[in-house]
Amino acid sequence: MKPKLMALLLLAAPFIGLQPAAAQLRVDITRGTEAPMPIAVPSFPTGASVATPAGTTADLGRQVAGIISANLQGSGLFRPLGAGAFPAPGMADVQQPQFGAFRTAAAQALVTGFVTANPNGTLTIGCYLYDVFSEEELMRQGFTVTPAGWRRAAHKCSDAVYSRLTGESGYFDSRIVYVAESGPRTQRVKRLAIMDQDGANHRFLTSGQSLVLMPRFSPVSETISYMSFANDRPRVWLYNIGTGQQEAVGTFDSMSFAGRFSSDGRTLLMSVTRSGNADIYAYDVASRRSTRLTSSNSIDTSPSFSPDGKRIVFESDRGGAQQLYVMNADGTGTQRISFGEGRAGSPVWSPRGDLIAFTRIVGGKFRIAVIRPDGSGERLLTDSWQDEGPSWSPNGRVIIFSRTERNGRTTLRSIDLTGRNDRRIPTPLDASDPAWGPLLR
Amino acid sequence: MTKHAFPILILSGALALSACAGKKDVLPAESWQAAPAPAETPIDQPGTVPPVEQVAPTTLSGLQADLVANAGADTVYFGFDSYGLDEAARAVLGAQAEWLVRNASVRANIEGHTDERGTREYNLALGERRANAAKNFLAAQGVDSGRLSVISFGKERPAVDGSNEDAWARNRRAVTIVVSGGR
Repeated sequence: MKPKLMALLLLAAPFIGLQPAAAQLRVDITRGTEAPMPIAVPSFPTGASVATPAGTTADLGRQVAGIISANLQGSGLFRPLGAGAFPAPGMADVQQPQFGAFRTAAAQALVTGFVTANPNGTLTIGCYLYDVFSEEELMRQGFTVTPAGWRRAAHKCSDAVYSRLTGESGYFDSRIVYVAESGPRTQRVKRLAIMDQDGANHRFLTSGQSLVLMPRFSPVSETISYMSFANDRPRVWLYNIGTGQQEAVGTFDSMSFAGRFSSDGRTLLMSVTRSGNADIYAYDVASRRSTRLTSSNSIDTSPSFSPDGKRIVFESDRGGAQQLYVMNADGTGTQRISFGEGRAGSPVWSPRGDLIAFTRIVGGKFRIAVIRPDGSGERLLTDSWQDEGPSWSPNGRVIIFSRTERNGRTTLRSIDLTGRNDRRIPTPLDASDPAWGPLLR
Repeated sequence: MTKHAFPILILSGALALSACAGKKDVLPAESWQAAPAPAETPIDQPGTVPPVEQVAPTTLSGLQADLVANAGADTVYFGFDSYGLDEAARAVLGAQAEWLVRNASVRANIEGHTDERGTREYNLALGERRANAAKNFLAAQGVDSGRLSVISFGKERPAVDGSNEDAWARNRRAVTIVVSGGR
C-alpha cells in the first residue's frame, strides 16, 4: 500500500541560486497568523486529460491544488485564494504565468504546476512557486509517482512551498497514529488508527478487542510502540505497520507503559512499575536488553529523549506533585525544570531541541504549554478544560494533542507555537493520544 | 435458571405462530420438536416475567457475590490524587481479608482506577499505587500475597459516566475481583 515516490528534480538548477534575490518574500513563522500571506493556488493544468486509476489528470490537477491550499491554510501562515479569483491557467502559463491576474487578486505568491500521465503508467506532477510582484520564480520541483501516490506529490509540493517561504522544513508529507474511541465512557472501545497528516488514507490498525493506549512512531522505521491490555497484561508492544508483526517489549512481570523512541529509533524509553512504583527504563531494540534509569520511590514516567540522545525529560512526583525533570541519558544529573503554579506532566522534547511541550495542570484546567529545557520561558498555548498529550510535528513548529470535553467527547487538535492557530484535526470517531510521525521519505 | 424461562417462551410461541401460518417447511423439524409446549403459561401474563432484581445479581459470579455479601463491598474509594486508605476503606478491606482467608482456594485480582482529572500516564501509575495499597493491606491481614495480583486501568474504565465531583469520587477506587475458585 505504500506508494512508491520517486522524487524527480525537473530542472532543479535554476532555483538553487535564487535564495538571496527573493529574500523579500518571506513568512515569519515566529509571528504567527496576524497577517497570513495571500497565496494563489489555481488548479494544476494538464495537457490533454488522460484517465488514470486515480481519476483523470484534469481532475487530479484540481485535487492537487485543493490539497496544497488546505495544507497551507492549515499552517495558519497563508491565506489561499480561491480558484474563482483568477482565470484557470493552461500548460503554457505554468512557466510563463499571467502575473497581472494574480496581482489583481491581491496574491503575493503563486503556486502552480501540472499533472501529466506518462506512457509507463506513472504521473508527473510539477510544482512551481513564484513571487507575484517581482515575477521571480522562487522554486520548482517535479515528482514522478504511481497514480496511487498522487496525494503524496501534493504534500511534497506543499512542503517545498512552505519551506521556501518560511525557511523551515515542512511537515505535510507525514502521518499521524492515534487512538480511535467509541462507546460509552465506562466501556470505551479503543483502537489504534493511522492516517495522513490531513486525515486522508485513514485505517484502523487494531480491532478494538483489547484496550490500547499511547501509540508512538519510530522516527526511522515503519514501527510504532504502543501499550495494550491484551490478556490482561498491560505492557508496551512494538508493531511493524508494514508487515503487521508484533512483539512484546521486555519480559517484565508488571505493567510497562509510556514508551517513546529515541530519534535514532534504537532505544525505547518507557515506565515499568514495581510494587506500585513506576521507574524509567531504556530498552535497546536490537539486543532487547533494558536498563533501569531511575530508582526513586515515586511515579517517574513520560520519558522523552532530547533529539541528540544525550538527555531525557520526564515527569515525577518525587517533590510531592507531578513536575518536569531533565536527566542525562544514563540517569545521572537529574534537575527539576518546572516550578510554576500547579502540576506539569507528559513532556515531549521538540525535534529541534529548543523546547519541551507538556501538559500544565493549573486552575482546574489542563493546558498545552512549552518550556525551554533549562526551565525558562514557559508559555501556555491552549486554554480548555482538558488538553493533554502533546506531540510535535516533524519540523517542531506545530503540536498535536487530545482535547477532552466535559461531556466525554475527545478530539484531536493542533496548535502552532504562537498559540493562535488552534485547529480541529478531523477523525471519523472520537480520538485521543495522537503521535505525529516523521516526514516520509 | 428462571432467567432463561422468558426468552424460551417467546421463541416457542413464535414457532407455534409460524407453524399455524403454514410456514412450517422453513423451520427445521427438530427445532419445533425440541421447543417446550407453551400451553399452560401464556406469555402475556405478568407473573411469568422474572422480576428484575432476581436477574441482576446473576451477572456476578457466585464467589464475587459472596465476597460482597460478607465484606460489605468489593470496592474501596480514595481521595483526590491519593492512594491512602481511609478508615472506611480499611474496614472494607479488613472484611475482604477475612473472607479471603476463609476461602483459601480463591485468587483475587485488584483493579486500581482513577478519575479523569489527571494525565494518562500519571493515572496509570496512580491506579497501580491504589491497587497495591489495597493488596498490601490484604496481605498484612493475613492473605497470602501470592494469591493477589494487581492491574491498573488508570482513567480508562470509570465506574460512573460524569464529569463532576460525585462521579470522580466514585471512580477513584480499587476493586477486588475474585478471579478463580478452587476445588
